[in-house]
Amino acid sequence: MGPVLQSTEFAPWNDPTEKPLIRFRNVTKRFGDFVAINDLTLDIYEQEFFALLGPSGCGKTTLMRMLAGFETPSEGQIELSGQDIVPVPPNKRAVNMMFQSYALFPHLSIWDNIAFGLRRSPMSKPDIKARVEEMLKLTRLEKFAHRKPHQISGGQRQRVALARSLAKAPKLLLLDEPMGALDKKLRQETQFELMDIQEKTGTTFVIVTHDQEEAMTVASRVAVMDEGCLIQVSTPDRIYESPNSVYVADFIGDVNIIKGTAKAQGDDLYQVNWSDGMPPLNATSETDFSDGQTCHLAIRPEKVAISADKPDGADNAVQGKILDIAYLGNLSTYHVELTSGVIIKAQTSNTRRISRRSFTWEDPVWLSWTATAGVLLVN
Amino acid sequence: MMRLSWFNVVSLTLGFAFLYIPMIILVIYSFNAGKLVTVWSGFSTKWYGELTQNEAFLNAAWVTLKVAVVSSTFATVLGTMAAYVLVRAGRFTGRTLFSGMIYAPLVMPEVITGLSLLLLFIGIGLDRGIVTIVLAHTTFSMCYVSVVVSSRLVTFDQSLEEAALDLGCSPIEAFRLVTLPIIAPAVISGWLLAFTLSLDDLVIASFTSGPSATTLPIKIYSAVRLGVSPEINALSTIMIAIVTVGVISASLVSKRNLVRQKREMQAAERA
Repeated sequence: MGPVLQSTEFAPWNDPTEKPLIRFRNVTKRFGDFVAINDLTLDIYEQEFFALLGPSGCGKTTLMRMLAGFETPSEGQIELSGQDIVPVPPNKRAVNMMFQSYALFPHLSIWDNIAFGLRRSPMSKPDIKARVEEMLKLTRLEKFAHRKPHQISGGQRQRVALARSLAKAPKLLLLDEPMGALDKKLRQETQFELMDIQEKTGTTFVIVTHDQEEAMTVASRVAVMDEGCLIQVSTPDRIYESPNSVYVADFIGDVNIIKGTAKAQGDDLYQVNWSDGMPPLNATSETDFSDGQTCHLAIRPEKVAISADKPDGADNAVQGKILDIAYLGNLSTYHVELTSGVIIKAQTSNTRRISRRSFTWEDPVWLSWTATAGVLLVN
Repeated sequence: MMRLSWFNVVSLTLGFAFLYIPMIILVIYSFNAGKLVTVWSGFSTKWYGELTQNEAFLNAAWVTLKVAVVSSTFATVLGTMAAYVLVRAGRFTGRTLFSGMIYAPLVMPEVITGLSLLLLFIGIGLDRGIVTIVLAHTTFSMCYVSVVVSSRLVTFDQSLEEAALDLGCSPIEAFRLVTLPIIAPAVISGWLLAFTLSLDDLVIASFTSGPSATTLPIKIYSAVRLGVSPEINALSTIMIAIVTVGVISASLVSKRNLVRQKREMQAAERA
């Protein structure tokens, strides 16, 4: 396996000749009457950093536990490198998992924790020693090798858990909310560290998270799940810019949803009638809408411009007054109530340090955006 | 240190006096020079000396020790297995019944347990002796072990076992290498509990012992019926001393470990 070249785009999912490492085929998992996974089909490719994203109870953890072998599907097949792994017990799978609670063995030192899996394999003692040292170096834990898990900090424990799960050089590494127990700053550092390690080792990573920022940062592809189904599987930028449903648009980041009816204007251009007595909005769409069909215009707050005067030549411009201002330091979000009662969020970045705010509460303002800024969604 | 009010001092004194005056009297009279238990006639350790000459007491003590070691070991193995299944196996038909049944012997009057065991041994034609006492003690003390071990298993993070499986352990290896070392303190205290229960059991042992083997509590009880001798006071004092030393050292060790662990954890978080 050669090093991944940064210049070539990594997108095996677009290559029809590429064989997936993992294949879920019509997998259903039931716990009694409750359907945790509903007829799910999914391919994951080698060297991917794949994120399963969704609210708690959406089935993402069940999906991961089926890969590790702790749950068996009620129906369907799971393949790893072309081999059906459903009947294979967890201790015989070339898959390792990093647990949410880290699950470090409290009675063993850091060194013995990392060596634990290697000692279950036919590896020789000097080889085990070399491999453990390598893992300690990779995760910068050399100094702590002889400490017990309770003698190190939370961030260090997280790295031990990672080193232990990577030590056996698995084909596939599963990470269950790996950064859930870390504070925000440490989490961001760790995300980059994780990406770095994934790139160095060339291991396929599948991460479960409910934190959309985390999924967007680390993953090559993100699967958004809800109620045991995949809603959308795509790259982070596609998920953000071209969500396929209101659910995905709303789950990832902040969004304005304007409900209306579509009217074709030719050339992928549509008019959206959204409020009586208001001029229709203009939006482009790659998917077709019939005249009069209900549609939702999803538009991100940072793509909505705010100004005191009516902008010239804008595709869409609406007037309203400022209801609320959320100051986030780097950004400010304005909640603007239109005359029709709809509230639209507009975001501007605070590029200057001490700038007098141009607008304040109750100010009448104009909001504008281009026809290509938003996405038209069916539901 | 907080100063105690006079009310607290009085209630503390009363409580401890109630608990310990009988034992203190026993210890004092074990050093009595005279033969009469209730009349003080000078200090002497001669009853301790006589004790070492008393063949019957020494034999009974030896039997008691053997029974306690063997039965508490069996009880620990069986009790730990039962606890593991009841906590880990999840929901299976009859689980509630089983977990109820494992606790039932705890509240069963000892006389009934003893009698039913006696009937069983007679029924299957097993001669009463050291074997029957061991069986009987294993039976009643394994419930105590399983209560102690299952309370530890309930708080045991199951992902530790999953991690062991994930890293290539078979289920048995996972138990031996991960679960057992972590629950070891509970298993050991279960063993100690079973050991003490066996050591001081009188009722069940009196049903299941035979002429070939008698335990110390039975021996003491039958000796007392003929009159309390200072020898028995001496023997009791030795038992009190052993128990006291055991309890104090065990609590000192566990307290020191706890303090050390807490300090190390604080140091790790600061670093």
